[in-house]
Amino acid sequence: MTLALDLALCALILGVALAAVAGAGVFRAVIFFITYGLFVAIGWARLGAYDVALAEAAIGAGLTGVLLLAAHGRLRRMQADTTERRSPTLSAALAGGAIALALGWAWFALPAPQPPDVAQALPQTGVGNPVTAVLLNFRAWDTLLESIVLLAALLGVWMLARDADWNAPLGPRYHARPDGVLAYFGRFLPPIGLSFGVYLVWAGAESVGGAFQGGTVLAGVVLVAMMAQLLRPPRVSQAMLRAALVLGPGVFLLSGLAAVGLGREFLSLSPAIAKSAILIIEAALTISIAVTLALLVIGPAEDPEPGR
Amino acid sequence: MTALVVVVTLPLLAALAVLVLPERARVKLALGSVALGVLAALMLARAVWQDGAVLLTLGGWAPPLGIALRADGLAAALTLMSALVMAAVALAARFEMRTRRVGARAAFGFWPLMLLLWGALNAVYVSRDLFNLYVGIELLSLAAVALVALSGTAQALAAALRYMIFALAGSLLYLAGVVLSYAAHGTLDIGLLGERIPAHSDALALGLMTAGLLAKTALFPFHVWLPTAHAAAPAPASALLSALVPKASFLILIRLWFEAMPDLASPPAILMLAMLGAVAVIWGGILALVQKRLKLIVAYSTVAQLGYLFMVFPLAGGAGSAQPWSAGAWTGAMFHALSHGLAKAAMFLAAGICIAAVGSDRLGDLRGLARQLPMTSFAFALAAITLMGLPPSGGFTAKYLLMTSSFAAGQWPWALLLAGGGLLAAAYLYRPMAALFAREARVTARPIPRVWQAVPLALAALSILLGVLSATPFDLLQIARPEPAAEGL
Amino acid sequence: MNLTVFALTGAALVGLGVYGLLALPHLLRRVIAFNLTGSGLFLFFGAAGARVGVLDAIPQALIITGIVVALSASALAVGLVVALARSSGKVVLPDEDPSP
Repeated sequence: MTLALDLALCALILGVALAAVAGAGVFRAVIFFITYGLFVAIGWARLGAYDVALAEAAIGAGLTGVLLLAAHGRLRRMQADTTERRSPTLSAALAGGAIALALGWAWFALPAPQPPDVAQALPQTGVGNPVTAVLLNFRAWDTLLESIVLLAALLGVWMLARDADWNAPLGPRYHARPDGVLAYFGRFLPPIGLSFGVYLVWAGAESVGGAFQGGTVLAGVVLVAMMAQLLRPPRVSQAMLRAALVLGPGVFLLSGLAAVGLGREFLSLSPAIAKSAILIIEAALTISIAVTLALLVIGPAEDPEPGR
Repeated sequence: MTALVVVVTLPLLAALAVLVLPERARVKLALGSVALGVLAALMLARAVWQDGAVLLTLGGWAPPLGIALRADGLAAALTLMSALVMAAVALAARFEMRTRRVGARAAFGFWPLMLLLWGALNAVYVSRDLFNLYVGIELLSLAAVALVALSGTAQALAAALRYMIFALAGSLLYLAGVVLSYAAHGTLDIGLLGERIPAHSDALALGLMTAGLLAKTALFPFHVWLPTAHAAAPAPASALLSALVPKASFLILIRLWFEAMPDLASPPAILMLAMLGAVAVIWGGILALVQKRLKLIVAYSTVAQLGYLFMVFPLAGGAGSAQPWSAGAWTGAMFHALSHGLAKAAMFLAAGICIAAVGSDRLGDLRGLARQLPMTSFAFALAAITLMGLPPSGGFTAKYLLMTSSFAAGQWPWALLLAGGGLLAAAYLYRPMAALFAREARVTARPIPRVWQAVPLALAALSILLGVLSATPFDLLQIARPEPAAEGL
Repeated sequence: MNLTVFALTGAALVGLGVYGLLALPHLLRRVIAFNLTGSGLFLFFGAAGARVGVLDAIPQALIITGIVVALSASALAVGLVVALARSSGKVVLPDEDPSP
């Protein structure tokens, strides 16, 4: 019974993925890709990976989808030549087929080693959710670098502004009618999203959730508020904005260095203070992640009146 | 140990601080941090020199649960070389990346991107964890792509996008190999993988990781993105991209083939890597020969020079039994990585001065510039000596080591390639030098501050000094060298 | 058996994504293909990590990190595509432009 369910789910996943690659029209490809992400999130839930399911739905499908939709809208507005002349090359098909077959073969050839014992060390990490323990304690260096990768991407996106627009506010201007549906959502969604996002970070220590998932939800709140014109579009020149971006990685790095100052290994957390330290680091990370993700979606500085 | 922590955290902390600080403090802080960085790299090299490899288990969690960092002689040498190049680039960028010259946008973005790139390099040099290396090279690639796009022209954007596509494809292939390694062995640590029980999927994992890293290193035939990308960036950024960025992915290749999975180095695989390197030397050289712009010549020369690095595979590998020459070949290839880094950065910084002086890098516009910019032209000539592999430069030491081991191994075709590649380098570097040192002066150059002119000269001189004083770096590279590098793959 | 279904789906997704990355000229489609490849790889990884019974925490954490890194790369790539279209009017790379 469950096998039939999984088979059907995987067939759906493959079907929408195929439609996203081969279907006509870029807009439809994006919609199929978002659908794909949601199906994959269900797949993760089936595998018992609820943290990943949440990350896939929020980041993989949600945020990447919004990013692609926004880009598609901009390309249409600037009337770029989006005509597609397909060149389905045989070599590409061969390469794709070969790598799929090789991975498929590897699945049956893989030995099944015993993974490192996370559960045994878990009591010393200060958190009950093993995934959070790996992200914030065992492999904190990965997570620290990853939060800086986000920052590097944002810097790169900012550099794509035209020189003439550099001092302009970030992102396109949104025009919400005061009685429109967006303005309505703008009033009503942020408080709910805010509580849900904060809850996800708080809960991540013991059960499903975490800084990245919570930060993504908060980024969504910021975006809706911006589209409903409840928040003014920010500028790169605002020092507070830039401080919010570096807060998370900064607190993370400095707490790692504080351990060195106390004669311990870089990035180590003594079990006595690990729980509170992780909560502080996650809170700071969440703020930075939320701001960075929202700014990644709205894009570089843009001339407020392009037709001028 | 403290030096190692400083080496990996200082650039990242500086990048965060530079992002927040107002414009006036930005450049001062960046310059201060590169000065500190050189000091920290020297301390790390000294620590490695005195006590052998420096090990750090992050968070106190030993692998396979946690991530280990380890600085051996090679990592310490690369860290020091990178710090020196960073310092030179920062000094040059103080003049070149001013708001007045490049606009407020690029003047803002260059400094944090430079520091992030540096942080990524150092993180990659010392990481022992395959997935952590993935995050590291992603940080490196994103910062590098952003630097390529910095000038904002349609050409630069297209070059950055092409680079991005190769980088993305490379990351995915590498990641696929990492996934297979962890699934088969339950660890990501290079040292633990070296002691693993071999699995059937290992060859596929190593093949995927290698293919991905070759795309990032721009080895032929994955080189097509490199010349346009490196030429499109502002000169200080080009110096970083050409001198340092490919070395990071090459180092991961070395770690994989010599430390994690040396048992998989079969003769056909080794021959293939070597052949690709050989074709890169020849093809990159020929393409450099026909370029008309200085930056493109220097960029195509990178394609050629990266090819030499891959001579390490046939010369330090092959028969599988103990080979007395393989230690020389290994050290020679690493020497080449160091001397190419210094010389190539000097060349791009010199090209930046030429562009600032005459507003173009077409060879025709540079004729006779040596009279107005003697220091810069001399720097270019010194760097050229290193790239051609002439004595007494660091490039000569590298080629000498590689060549003696190829004779000792009875593999003379590689010696022929080394000699032929040197001749090609002489040919493609002759044209810009002939232009610079031409009798007649075509254009009047804008005045360039002497401090700025001294920067590439200092780097080029270092690349020569590396050969003159080769004993110390030679010994440093031997410290905690992987065993197969002494005995052959 | 169920794990094999997910692993092979992952492998097929990787193949599909690699095909798209190589064959599709439209740059937004390439970004989509990149994301499909990555997520297929993660699915394969997740299935492999679940062979010991419950899904191991380390693969889960690595996958979450991977998803965030993929988003960062996608954001920069998408930004570049829009900027290129703004300055050249095209959504394909110049040398891969099928229209002369």
